[in-house]
Parts: sequence; C-alpha cells; structure tokens
Amino acid sequence: MTATPHVLTDSATMLRRNLRHALRYPSMTVVSIGMPVLLLLLFVGVFGGALGEGVGATAREGGYIDYIAPGIILMAVTSGCLSVSVAVSVDMTAGITARFRTMPIARSAILTGHVAGTMIQTVASTLLVVLVAVAMGFRPHAGPLDWLLVSALLLALVFALTWLAVGLGLVAKNPEGASNSPLLIQFLPFLGSAIVPTGTMPDGVRWFAEYQPFTPITETVRGLLTGTPIGHDGWTSAAWCTVIALAGYLWSRWLFDRDPSR
Amino acid sequence: MENTPAQTAIQAVGLRKSYGDTVVLDGIDLEVARGTIFALLGPNGAGKTTTVQILSTLIGADGGDVRVAGRDPAADPDGVRRAIGVTGQYSAVDDLLTGRENLILMADLYRLGRAEGRRVADALLERFGLAEAARRTAATYSGGMRRRLDLAMTLVGGPRIIFLDEPTTGLDPRSRRTMWDIIRGLAADGVTIFLTTQYLEEADRLADRIAVLDRGRLVAEGTADELKRLVPGGHVLLRFAGPDALDAAARALGDAVRDDAELTLQVPSDGGVRSLRALLARLEEVAVEPEGLSVHLPDLDDVFLALTGRPDDAKAAVR
Repeated sequence: MTATPHVLTDSATMLRRNLRHALRYPSMTVVSIGMPVLLLLLFVGVFGGALGEGVGATAREGGYIDYIAPGIILMAVTSGCLSVSVAVSVDMTAGITARFRTMPIARSAILTGHVAGTMIQTVASTLLVVLVAVAMGFRPHAGPLDWLLVSALLLALVFALTWLAVGLGLVAKNPEGASNSPLLIQFLPFLGSAIVPTGTMPDGVRWFAEYQPFTPITETVRGLLTGTPIGHDGWTSAAWCTVIALAGYLWSRWLFDRDPSR
Repeated sequence: MENTPAQTAIQAVGLRKSYGDTVVLDGIDLEVARGTIFALLGPNGAGKTTTVQILSTLIGADGGDVRVAGRDPAADPDGVRRAIGVTGQYSAVDDLLTGRENLILMADLYRLGRAEGRRVADALLERFGLAEAARRTAATYSGGMRRRLDLAMTLVGGPRIIFLDEPTTGLDPRSRRTMWDIIRGLAADGVTIFLTTQYLEEADRLADRIAVLDRGRLVAEGTADELKRLVPGGHVLLRFAGPDALDAAARALGDAVRDDAELTLQVPSDGGVRSLRALLARLEEVAVEPEGLSVHLPDLDDVFLALTGRPDDAKAAVR
C-alpha cells in the first residue's frame, strides 16, 4: 500500500455514495432502525410484566424498562452489521470494486467509506431508540459525564462491530452468505444480560453469557445510565472494544488486500 | 519491428501466473504500439481475463517483466492506474446510482472538481446516447446501455490506454456494432486499446494486431491477414476468357482444381504477394492472361481451428 494524500477526499466520495444508497433504498435502514424499536415495544409492552418480576431485584423504581433499555440500545448498536456486510459483499461480487482497484485512488477509502456510512446510520438509529425508550418511560439518571462515557463506549463498539461486519462481508462468497453471519453478532446481546440477568440462566449458558463481550458492555451502559454497580466491567468493555476493533480492522484489510482472483 | 519505449504502450515479456497447480499464463510476450488496437483472442479459460487483470494492476504476476505506459504495475501501480481505464467482463457500474451519478462518482474519484466533473459527465452521456436515461438508476438499463455506461465511466479520467475485457460478450448484434463504432472512435483519438474477445470476427474487424491465446500460451501473433495466411485452405481463383486459355493455364499450373463451366481454376495459395507474383509469372511464361483473379483466405475460425487443433467452442463451459 502506497500512502496517498487523497485518503480523506476519496473516503468522503465513497461515504457520499454509501449514504446515497441508504437514502435511495431505505428498506435496509428502516429494518435496522425499526427492529430495536420493535423489540423494545415487545419486551416492555408484552413480556414486560413477567420479565419485570423476574428481574425485580435489579429493576428499581423505574421498573423493567430501566433494566432492558440499555440492552435494547446495544441491539440498536449491532443493527448496522447486517447492512454493511451485505453492502460490502455486493460491491465485491459486482464489478465495481475491481473498477475502483484499477483507479488511482486511495484503496482504503473503499472500506472506510462503508464504515463511516454505517457508523452514521447506526448512531442515528441508536439515538432514535434512546428517544423511543425515553418516550416509553425510561428514566436514566445519568450526569453529563456518564452520557459522555456511554457515547464514547457505544461509538467504540459501533466502530469495532462495523469493521468485524466488513470482514464478514469480504469473506462471504455472495451477498446471501454475507446476510447470515452478522446475525450471530446481532443475536449475542440476547445471550448476555440485555434482557434478563445472567444469574437466572442455566449453568452452561450462564458461563458463556458472563464471558462474552456484550455482558460487560451491557452492564457498563446500564451502570452509567441507571446507576447499577459497574465494577471491572468498564475496563473489560474497553478492552473488548479495542480487541474487536483491531482484529476486525486488520482482518478486513488483509482480506481486501489479497489478490482478488476468482 | 522494434519499437522504442516511447512508442510502446504495453509490453510484457515472459508473463507467468498460476493458481495453485493450475498454470493460467505460461510465459507470454506481448507488445502493443501506442495508438493501436490490439486484440487478445482466445476461447473461455485461455487466460485472457487474467492477462488483463495483471496488466491493469488488479492482480500480481508470478513472473515476467511488464511495462504499461512505461511503468511497472508491480512497483508503481498508481503510475499505471493514472494512465489506464478498464472495462471488465462483468459490468462495473453502481446499480443503485443513476447513470449520471455513476459518472459523477468517477469524476469525484478522479478529483475533476464539481463543475468540470458535471461537464464531463454530461458530455459522455450525450456521446454514448445515454442522455435520456441519465436520471434512471443503472439497474433499469439494458445490457447495451450498461456496457456503454461502463465504458463511459472508464473514459472519465481521460485514459491513454484502455483495457476492454470481452466488451461485447452477451450483446445483441446492434449493440455490438455500436460498441465497435465507439471503440474505433477512441482509437482514432489516439487512445491505445487492448481488448480481449472470443469472437474472431470482432478481432478481425477492429484490431491492428491480434494475438491468439490458448491454454496460457500465445500460439500466434500478427495482423488478421497474416494469421489467415498461416493456415492451409487459402486459394487463388483465376477466371479465364475461354476454354483454350483455361487449358493452357491448367497445363502450366498442374496442381489446380478446374471448373469448365465457370472457366475457373482454383490454385492453392497462402495469398502472399510473393506466391501471387510467382503464379502470375508462370502464366506469363505460357502467354496466358487470366481475365480475373481473386484471393480467398480462410477466416479466423479456420485459423483458430488450425492453431489449436480444435474448434473454438470446445472449452466453452470451462469457466
């Protein structure tokens, strides 16, 4: 890779392209925003009564929504994985990436454009989910510093997961394949403490839930927003985000820089 | 014919590429003079696309020395990329963008500036007959329109060398002709064109020089006429004024097919100037002058069959 002075302009061009896609064909965007909102309505409005009793010890005066809202916010954070993975795979399997590769542009801009576009969409959908949660009665008692830390952690997580999803899109043989693997990422919060505390789970599942990255991240977001204890989870979360981001980025770059032979 | 580096647009010596145990290119040499149309002809799986991919910096070679626009694609890919444009086998347009947006995307990536980019985009839309479809997404375009948009995108950066990988595969005859006219127009503007094709007629119609690629090796190179002379089956048809002249000529030439009704003799020939001159000299010795003479050369299908020992569609299903 030769460094070119055009990384920023080229990335901006690619970002415009990806945002134009998102605006022109909003179905993917609507699904990724709508799904967490739907889950919030489902878990609070339908299952909320039963689940709320189950987590009674954790949910304090705010009720179940104070417990689950941070979990749903994390689901919103994972919601961009599917669309970026598919978009990258479409680009790779259609001829357009080959065209970009034979042009005198900053190669990194192709992936950077996808990552930046997805991050913008994900931040927007996460904000929407927060607003809906508040409208449904979520009452976070977090100070400005808490909000800042939550924002920083979520941004780091979006960044990390997006690069991981880019890698999944690159490694997929076709867009159909690229639409499957990100579902595993999006499913992970459920196997953590997003919906119910891990302590209520059977042994094997609980072991997995306690050691997978989403549990400490969920606990940290919940702690910062609603004042539950955080403990070591803050540092564990930061470490997970760093590791996932680094691994996702290096993996994606390696996959992208391979000879595109088929 | 020796070209100085300044006159050579593309040069490859001993180009090799393998995927695992499969040898795709087994040491090929190419030289394309500036401003000419060069056709790499071969069946599916011969290695045409791989050659284009290497020359256009998309993939690396395993061996050989390559210069494109005087630069080494391995050492200075961006230098090569600044000089070339590539239209691949699979159309490289963004389906979700309109025709005009696709061209403006290219203009932005070539950093032409907002006003200039739009001017170039609109001029290309006009030139390629896409002005009316400019505001429709590329997904709605027909095959011929997509190819034209694809080629228009390639031209945004003003390349001096253009690679066209099977530019008319899958097009209907009319779109194919339009494409041929466009390609000829580009060459007339001084652009060097390197095209691959599996259509012998296409190479014949367009190319100044043709190289025949088969299973990773060049089996022949030359002009279309030179290639046709390589194979048997060519002949000279001589027509005479009367039976006496026909008799005299038949006696003088010996090895010829005679048609008394048409008053013609069909003489095997490679169609070259030297053999024609010899033929006419023999007729002059016996004081017979033919009324008419025509040279019939085999077409490139015959050439391909003769060079590779099998029809050109024998491996059609390989890729």
